[in-house]
Amino acid sequence: MDAAATLFRLAALNSDYAACIDADRLEDWPDFFVEACVYKITTADNLRHGYAAGVIYADSQAMLRDRVAALRQANIYERQSYRHIVGMPRVTEEAAGAIVAETPFLVVRTMRDGQMDIFAVGRYLDRVVTTAGGALRFAERIVACDSPRFDTLLAIPL
Amino acid sequence: MASATVDQQAETIGTPWAPGLTRVPYRVYQDPAILQAEQKRIFEGPAWHFLCLEADIPHQGDYRASFVGGMPVIAVRGEAGAIHAFENRCAHRGALIAFEDAGSVKEFTCAYHAWRYDLRGNLCSIAFQRGVGGKGGMPAAFQMQDHGPRKLRTATIGGLVFGSLADDPPPLADYLGPDIAARIRRVLHKPVEVIGRFVQPLPNNWKLYAENVKDTYHASLLHLFFTTFRITRFSQAGGVTVSADGAHHASATIAKLEAHDSVYKDEALRSDSEFRLHDPSLLDAVDEFGDSIQLQILTVFPTLVLQQVHNCLAVRQIVPRGVDAMDLHWTYIGFADDTKAMRTRRLKQANLVGPAGYVSMEDGCIGGFVQRGIAAADDALSVIEMGGATAESQPTRATETAVRGFWQTYRAYMGL
Repeated sequence: MDAAATLFRLAALNSDYAACIDADRLEDWPDFFVEACVYKITTADNLRHGYAAGVIYADSQAMLRDRVAALRQANIYERQSYRHIVGMPRVTEEAAGAIVAETPFLVVRTMRDGQMDIFAVGRYLDRVVTTAGGALRFAERIVACDSPRFDTLLAIPL
Repeated sequence: MASATVDQQAETIGTPWAPGLTRVPYRVYQDPAILQAEQKRIFEGPAWHFLCLEADIPHQGDYRASFVGGMPVIAVRGEAGAIHAFENRCAHRGALIAFEDAGSVKEFTCAYHAWRYDLRGNLCSIAFQRGVGGKGGMPAAFQMQDHGPRKLRTATIGGLVFGSLADDPPPLADYLGPDIAARIRRVLHKPVEVIGRFVQPLPNNWKLYAENVKDTYHASLLHLFFTTFRITRFSQAGGVTVSADGAHHASATIAKLEAHDSVYKDEALRSDSEFRLHDPSLLDAVDEFGDSIQLQILTVFPTLVLQQVHNCLAVRQIVPRGVDAMDLHWTYIGFADDTKAMRTRRLKQANLVGPAGYVSMEDGCIGGFVQRGIAAADDALSVIEMGGATAESQPTRATETAVRGFWQTYRAYMGL
């Protein structure tokens, strides 16, 4: 795949991913990942210090399905929505069928009552693979938030 | 003068509060004068406050910035393993002495005018003290030893560093009492490592969170995730240990499950769903303390929470940020000798707690629901009567005994 095509396909993947979350189609969200994936939400500080814990840590697509099921069936939180603004992917490595890329993001959270806040800003640190069917999927997505602060609660994934 | 004014206000405000532990006027969560009085009477009073972990400051010169109520403080490792703590405020013009969260220094230098402090918090040099070219400088009579940030006494247990601003606080062991000290040592029995940090700003008065953590009654009702996966149920063994003075608590849940668990069905509560995990490895817990206690939530008055949720260990520090705001500082820990499998287990189980926790997510918003609900209810009273009117240890978690313990201690400190 040439560089421009890679970039285009990554950007399309990211915009599909963002639209899925922002449109509250969370049941489809795990499908952006391969089955043996890593999804983690952490902070730039934790990565800098080598701290492994995240506010969300999943090492399987099934865990992501559980996350969605919990949000739908178990957890209590005020109605809210996200708007992801996702920047241009920056490919840092492309080898052995995997694309390593980092992509800046900004998420504005709008609460039930109309209150809007910049909820999270940071980088997606991704390892993207091509499935047998030719689709791009995340083998790893580390959501590295610039701030160590998570206001009130983080229900919807980033 | 300022503190006299605060005292008068607090007394005036406190007058209508009838004795007892089962009613709390909502004004205590909303009145700026109460918050001011708390700083003087609790945070700068004869209590011990969690500052950091010993693991945060292993070597001489390592420091960590922390808070005692609204007061910024520095905890630092001094000579021969000693731990010092002092107010993070330059004696000159009041600037922060350290403005990073942590670091390692030989001495502290205030950025504003380069006044320097040793690791004990003693002012040890003043830039241009003798002036320049014989002009300017400090008066000859100025004595550095008469100036410096307020110092805290420090004490440790199980690698937790506590500080007190009181001249003569009780020994930490007496402050905690034997039962709570034993419950701390149960978890923190060998060297720990930090594995992650997060800050969770909450839109509520700090006391609403302090109560929430001591409120074993809500745990199985607000948090569906726990009950559904039988991580805690009223019908399991467990109970609440409250220190003799009511200040501190430890709740425990024993792993034993009952074969026919009908409590939730009988009460027609929403908690008893058939919800099951696709990937149950989340709950692949091991009994690492060898006593079958799956959950232990422990508080040290006023602002420390020590958490063992299966194999997810963390300390949480409550930092007040105004009458209707606080920060919860989460520090996730593991043991230094963890196997890789155990460390992975801790990372997975961290999904249960924190800002995105399957279990504690609701605790993030519930205090805000109260704060908003009581906006026009200064004179109304909350009802805290589950399990009686006193604050002793009880062999059940269907009780608010530890919450009453908080208020027993709070009222004693506050004179309210």
